[in-house]
Amino acid sequence: MKLKTALVVLAVGLATVGCSANSKDGVDGGRTAATATERPDAGTSWQNYTAEENNGYSDRVFFAYDRFDLDDDARSTIRAWASWLRAHPDARILVEGHTDERGTREYNLGLGAKRAAAVRDQLIALGVDAARIQTISYGKERPAVAGENESAYQQNRRGVARPSGGGA
Amino acid sequence: MIIRIKTLAADRRHFLAGLGALAFPAAAQAQLTIRIEDPDFRPLPIAIAALQGKTAEERATADQIGAVMTENLRNSGLFRPIDPNAFIQRDGSEVNAPRFNDWKGIGADALVTGSVFHRTNGDIRIEFRLWDVTAGVQLVGRALETLETNWRRLAHKMSDVVYQRLTGEQGYFDTRIVYVAEEGTALARVKRLAIMDQDGANHRFLTSGKNLVLTPRFSPSAQEITYLEYVSKKPRVYILNIDTGRREIVGDFAGMTFSPRFSPDGNKIIMSLTRDGNSEIFIMDLRTRERQRLTNHQAIDTSPSYRPDGSEITFNSDRSGRQKIYVMNADGSSVRRISNRAGRYATPVWSPRGDLIAFTKIEQGTFYIGVMRPDGEGERILARGFLAEGPTWAPNGRVLMFFKKPRGGLAKLYSIDLTGRNERQVETPLSASDPAWSPLLKD
Repeated sequence: MKLKTALVVLAVGLATVGCSANSKDGVDGGRTAATATERPDAGTSWQNYTAEENNGYSDRVFFAYDRFDLDDDARSTIRAWASWLRAHPDARILVEGHTDERGTREYNLGLGAKRAAAVRDQLIALGVDAARIQTISYGKERPAVAGENESAYQQNRRGVARPSGGGA
Repeated sequence: MIIRIKTLAADRRHFLAGLGALAFPAAAQAQLTIRIEDPDFRPLPIAIAALQGKTAEERATADQIGAVMTENLRNSGLFRPIDPNAFIQRDGSEVNAPRFNDWKGIGADALVTGSVFHRTNGDIRIEFRLWDVTAGVQLVGRALETLETNWRRLAHKMSDVVYQRLTGEQGYFDTRIVYVAEEGTALARVKRLAIMDQDGANHRFLTSGKNLVLTPRFSPSAQEITYLEYVSKKPRVYILNIDTGRREIVGDFAGMTFSPRFSPDGNKIIMSLTRDGNSEIFIMDLRTRERQRLTNHQAIDTSPSYRPDGSEITFNSDRSGRQKIYVMNADGSSVRRISNRAGRYATPVWSPRGDLIAFTKIEQGTFYIGVMRPDGEGERILARGFLAEGPTWAPNGRVLMFFKKPRGGLAKLYSIDLTGRNERQVETPLSASDPAWSPLLKD
């Protein structure tokens, strides 16, 4: 009887652990705890590595308004990109820098370049060969999300990884 | 295209007609002038009499020229063309001998008359005169000749003559606009360079839309455009010859080049070059191919624009932590910040007259178009919008064009007088941004 209770408590405890891991990873509620705890291995293709249905890594990082410094989320995402690049030594990567539309066109081209370079520098710091990385700034020319509100602007202030070649 | 222009003297009859005014020297001295800066300014009532022609073809050309002139002067906001239905003297005799009381009677202060002649060699000749109705004198007379197919330019030249004589400022009607035509949704935008006359006529596209193009600007000759194009994922500054369509990259730079403008002498391109994410301002000499770096700062330095005499450059930098406007000497020395108020200041453009710098300002979610003196004083806001950007000057430094996008709407071009009056949309076939006004076209 006592043992049975202990097992129940243990089961509840495991479920709680699974749940907290789930929310910590920022996975939305639609996914099951089973897939949420596992992410694709760096050996997989970029498409699988970043596929949402696999609980993949993000292919983009986000920036605050008029800024180009990387926050912890961005650094963790770029670490995942570096792992993938280590597993795919023949792949190259193009980093796009983008801004929201609430700035002037030319300045935003400069700001997009700063964002792409911030990502590039972080990849280099993580051991990726600079020769494998290219950058491009689109300024405010290629938004990811249409809309004239802060939530759209947040998603448009971004750096996007676009690998090509071996394994992409 | 060659346009020949001659002055038409006032003939004897005009002196006779003016004799009445001569008897009253005070009236004769009271020059007919539009005082644009007056607070109680009103557009000047002007009668543009039907230009005369002997043949049906001449009359057709005459009517078209009259219509273009009427629209030019009306759209400037400085003139009020009078409805021709009100005209009393309309039998053609007004060409050389206006009955000034008839024109006074319908409220005209100024009168334009003239004739069109088709030549057998395919040229047209226009003789026209501008009259001061109150004083009863000819103010200016001109004969202009050019190819018949070029008649619109004559209409613009005539408008410029009238504008200059009555405002004391250079006209701006014989000019063109280059801009970026936009199509498609926000997520699939196609941008093309397009060019048109200042009044929207002769519109044509200069690029196909395959590549992203931005920020076109005219050379001083108005024959070439420098702009940004993304070719094979490489954003670089190019020069496009308008007539031949020939495109040439400006320099062989490893990084992105952007925000180009011609130097006032047309021999250099000033622009930003990005290296390792950092944008600096460079000059590229188009003859020697030599490049010179002007700024050296880890901040974003961009949007350079020469003072018309070439001695100084204004530009945009966020080296203070926010976008502000700076001025430096043409060799990059003596950098000083000129915009000192709150808000983000951007896109400085030096007036062709040298007296003002136009800018875009962003403050608390609103975009503004304004002007300030080169020392940063005398800031005036002319226009505002949810998104308004990219001022460009008419060659007389009196009128500005920019683009504006309302919330949920499409970007369109607008022009506005330096006084902040007469903001009006410039019609374009598609959504439009990044306008650049040409210098006056060469004869």
